Amino acid sequence: MLIGKKPDIPSSEITPKSLWLDRRRFMTGAAVLGAGLSLPRQWAQAAPLQAAKSPLSTTGEELTPLKDVTTYNNYYEFGTDKSDPAANAGGMKTRPWTVEISGEVAKPVTLGIEDILRLAPVEERIYRHRCVEAWSMVIPWNGFPLSALIKHIEPTSKANFVEFTTIADRASMPGLAYPYLDWPYREGLRMDEAMNPLTILAVGLYGETLENQNGAPLRLVVPWKYGFKGAKSIVRIRFVSDQPATAWNTANPSEYGFYSNVNPNVDHPRWTQAKERRIGDFLRRPTLMFNGYGEQVANLYKGMDLKTYF
Amino acid sequence: MTERNRRILWFVVFIGCLLPAGDLLYRAFTGDLGADPVETLIRTTGDWAIKFLVAGLLLTPLTRILKNPLPVRFRRMIGLYAFFYVCIHLSLYLGLDQGLDVPAIVKDVLKRPYITFGMMAFLLLVPLAITSTRKMVARLGPKKWRQLHRAVYVAASFGVIHYYLLVKLDITWPLIYGTILAVALLWRVWQALPRDSTIRAAKSKSGATKSVAPL
Repeated sequence: MLIGKKPDIPSSEITPKSLWLDRRRFMTGAAVLGAGLSLPRQWAQAAPLQAAKSPLSTTGEELTPLKDVTTYNNYYEFGTDKSDPAANAGGMKTRPWTVEISGEVAKPVTLGIEDILRLAPVEERIYRHRCVEAWSMVIPWNGFPLSALIKHIEPTSKANFVEFTTIADRASMPGLAYPYLDWPYREGLRMDEAMNPLTILAVGLYGETLENQNGAPLRLVVPWKYGFKGAKSIVRIRFVSDQPATAWNTANPSEYGFYSNVNPNVDHPRWTQAKERRIGDFLRRPTLMFNGYGEQVANLYKGMDLKTYF
Repeated sequence: MTERNRRILWFVVFIGCLLPAGDLLYRAFTGDLGADPVETLIRTTGDWAIKFLVAGLLLTPLTRILKNPLPVRFRRMIGLYAFFYVCIHLSLYLGLDQGLDVPAIVKDVLKRPYITFGMMAFLLLVPLAITSTRKMVARLGPKKWRQLHRAVYVAASFGVIHYYLLVKLDITWPLIYGTILAVALLWRVWQALPRDSTIRAAKSKSGATKSVAPL
């Protein structure tokens, strides 16, 4: 790069205004500046799970070690550092646990986690997990298709989207004291995405119930989307007619879209999505369209401009 | 402070500044860099680079406020350590993160504002590191040397912007560094304004060409 040479791209194009005038990021930083943290350290106990192998599992990939899956997490309710969730999530109570199911359904209901576990047999689903931050893992989830729950609930014809809400318990979640995101954490799927056989509600990984930092006791896993779409520790599932507001999209609509399908051709405004670092590797590998699940999901987006609906 | 104690202090600071690198090296060999070692290495060295840059900029104000020449004696060392960590940081990015894929790196530098700012900060620091020796100070003359080394404020600002732009959401630390940098810069501007004019006035009156120590 030459200093003093006039760039041939106008500076307004190099640096989008949103990067400079990003209110939430600024306010978040300012708020965190003004406070300190004192954090409890505990470790939740995982219990063994019975899970049948699934033909929908990804094959030929080396699994990411359990230690990395349980210590390298984004779960901002417990802090923004990757090591924070493992250190701070131990205080969250996951039993008893109920999930409110409401909105466009024939009969709103609140189900206990035990009832939910009886809806369908738990399967092992090995999926690639691609974070929007351009790292990835391969995780043997234990869960069941979200479609099993949806079929059980019988949403009305007005249900076009599903909204998932994460628990927001200030007593056990130190990150909630800061306006990192518009709490509680919410995510959403279009109905056909939710009904896709790849979409699961996970209750465990590696044959054991989920650790709190991985989203115990119940979380969403959508393998062809960036990891943040997988809402953790779900307390409410709401069926709605309009596209729901989601946490990251609300925080920064120009950077995190509602769809957030893994797409190597649509970069994050600030970094490339063409490559990723598989945890355990040194060099980056190319990112696959729809995280390698295009065969099963590309038809969901037929005719859509994925640069617009990123 | 005696000359001997000063030497001991110099040595302690010199070794102290190497500790972050030593710690990373040790953790690299014991496999204690976490799930994403490359990320840990790049982040940590970048973090230390900016810490040293910002710390280095505080030494002159500190010397003037305390009216004690001790802090500024460490300015060159701290500055060179900042450059040392910047070089490791950049090498890790080029070698491990990008795998020395030159077209990809060029594209990254041109397309990603945070990489652009990081690279500009590095390029600005190169001439400063080269001209950090006593010989170069003498060769350039204190006035020119001082003018050149004011670029460190630009480099540090680019460093903070580089950091700010890559953070996903929690910009606490970029804000802290940015604030310290702004305070240090404002302090120096505020200090320089009246003083420079009196020096200049005195100079033009007497016609003296007394050189000022490069503080």
